[in-house]
Amino acid sequence: MSRQSRRRSEKQQIDWHLPSTSSTGSAYHMGTELFILTYGTLVAQLCEDCEKDEDINKVLDKMGHNIGTRLVEDFLARSNIAQCRNSYETAEVIAKVAFKMYLGVTPRVTFWNQAGDDCSLFLEKNPLRGYVEIPEKHSNLLYSNMICGILRGALKMVRLQVDIQLLHDSVNDDKVTEIRMKLMRRHKAVRTVEKEQKHPVGT
Amino acid sequence: MGESVLFEFLHREMVTRVQSQAGDTEHGKCVSTLEGMGFRAGQGLIERFTKEAPAFKDELDVMKFICKEFWTNLFRKQIDNLRTNHQGTYVLQDHRFRLLTPVSNGKQYLEEAPKFLAFTCGLVRGALSNLGIDSTVTAEVSVMPACKFHIVMQKP
Repeated sequence: MSRQSRRRSEKQQIDWHLPSTSSTGSAYHMGTELFILTYGTLVAQLCEDCEKDEDINKVLDKMGHNIGTRLVEDFLARSNIAQCRNSYETAEVIAKVAFKMYLGVTPRVTFWNQAGDDCSLFLEKNPLRGYVEIPEKHSNLLYSNMICGILRGALKMVRLQVDIQLLHDSVNDDKVTEIRMKLMRRHKAVRTVEKEQKHPVGT
Repeated sequence: MGESVLFEFLHREMVTRVQSQAGDTEHGKCVSTLEGMGFRAGQGLIERFTKEAPAFKDELDVMKFICKEFWTNLFRKQIDNLRTNHQGTYVLQDHRFRLLTPVSNGKQYLEEAPKFLAFTCGLVRGALSNLGIDSTVTAEVSVMPACKFHIVMQKP
């Protein structure tokens, strides 16, 4: 079960513990390997199917969206995370729990804007990128774009509309993968059980 | 744990995608595309798995590895039954194949099953190929989620 410490002040220091069901060590790598390699064959297939890189990016995003809408249930079941109270918590959960659980890595959450609803996720070592070489003719390909789709679909299911963009993907010369995430307005919904709202999101 | 689930979701989405690209009438094209993708993934996978492992003694040794370690790493369980005629034909039985469990629990959607097995057939064929074994891999289903994989070694 995951625990979260109570926030006392403006300091966004929350300890996210992995749920006890998560696997460790070598078991991680095997499961990720299958996903990574399968993802690679998918992108290769899409390169054959689609003429333009932009089309491939769109398909990856759409497929990711479909996956995300279902993955979020799995995530909530495994992690038992309580409702996030603001964007900071949402980003932290995504980076420290979700990414860790499914991809075995924890991106850095940084570059928050003034309003506190726009941030970047930095992945120093993108696991999807392992052993992949993108030929020159696909310079506009956003290889990891499915991640953006997954996040978008998953957050939609918890009534958060996001604008997510893959800014840099380490397939090119960049060393890091950067995903820009803007949390937009939360859809108004009537909930029977509400946690104490510290401040409204996205107003 | 989480990563295997991610693969399962991706696989399902891939089947949908390939099927929509192939069109309604092109059942065979859909299956062969998925099988080809599985083949490539299988080749890569077996490289990782066997990097530090010693060489296999013989064909049966390879098949036992496929049924135990390989299957466990991919589907979190072993093959339930392995049969062979000792002449290059092997039948692997999985009573509860993980990629079929979301499809149905019985005979419903039986005609959809081949699409969900194609990638895995390719995985096995690709893995064997990188171990120096040429084979054909097909799958057979009568009651989901149980299925059988038929592997026939090709003589050089």
